[in-house]
Amino acid sequence: MKVNALLPLIEAENLTPGVDLDKEVLCGYSCDLLSWVMKNGQEGMAWVTVQTHMNVIAVAVLAEMACVILPEGIDMEPDVLKKAEEEGLCVMKTKLSSYEICGRMHKAGVADKDA
Amino acid sequence: MSMVHQVYPVAADDFTRAGEASADIKRRLKQLGVSSAVLRRVAVASYEVELNLVIHSDGGELTLNVDQDGVHLISKDVGPGIPDIDQAMREGYSTANEEARSMGFGAGMGLPNMKRNADQFAIESQVGKGTTIEMTFKLA
Ligand SMILES: Nc1ncnc2c1ncn2[C@@H]1O[C@H](COP(=O)(O)OP(=O)(O)OP(=O)(O)O)[C@@H](O)[C@H]1O
Ligand SMILES: [Mg+2]
Repeated sequence: MKVNALLPLIEAENLTPGVDLDKEVLCGYSCDLLSWVMKNGQEGMAWVTVQTHMNVIAVAVLAEMACVILPEGIDMEPDVLKKAEEEGLCVMKTKLSSYEICGRMHKAGVADKDA
Repeated sequence: MSMVHQVYPVAADDFTRAGEASADIKRRLKQLGVSSAVLRRVAVASYEVELNLVIHSDGGELTLNVDQDGVHLISKDVGPGIPDIDQAMREGYSTANEEARSMGFGAGMGLPNMKRNADQFAIESQVGKGTTIEMTFKLA
């Protein structure tokens, strides 16, 4: 599934209009502990997190993730979004919970990490 | 012979710039044509060691050297040092403060992540003096 197909699936809004949404989502993950994500992050990952500071972008970019998903209507500061856009990383937000987001991605065939 | 030698100063508690050294290291190694598997391992280790300088140290620097033996990362700081290295190396052990924990740091996974990803890992610390970590990644 491409990032642009993930947006409607989880009723999300793209917060980084300038970035390429044609990237392939290869797996999904949900975690808010950054070292844990560093350990498990993979290329093409769609990462659900409630963290919104600058290091979220650093972790996602280092792992070459496909996108960051903010659940439950959480917002991200403009300077952090600007950094994401500079790095070509898609950040999206949705009203859905992490549980519901992962459930929908799983049902749509997005794999677990290492799968 | 050194193909790359780069020193990155890392300030204590500067969360907004944290991760910039690691991003630059990754960019440089990519330019050198380092394989994506090695790149990924270096990225995890450099990020963890850089963030430890920000969160736990009184400031320090991260040095990148690339030679025919591989990629070398050296982290050196000016304190406060680690009293018990065996304990610090254990998964789950953390002295991160409330602020760092609220940002998602403090899982106690950084040092174990470095050790797992580096081909060689050495840590040396003296309380009151500082901590030095040296890691090597083979370019195979
Ligand atoms: N450069 C350093 N100076 C002083 N103490 C350090 C340094 N690096 C690590 N430590 C000590 O070692 C502990 C474990 O470090 P580690 O990176 O494994 O976990 P953490 O940084 O606490 O959490 P995480 O990395 O998962 O966010 C730290 O909590 C800290 O007490
Ligand atoms: Mg750490």
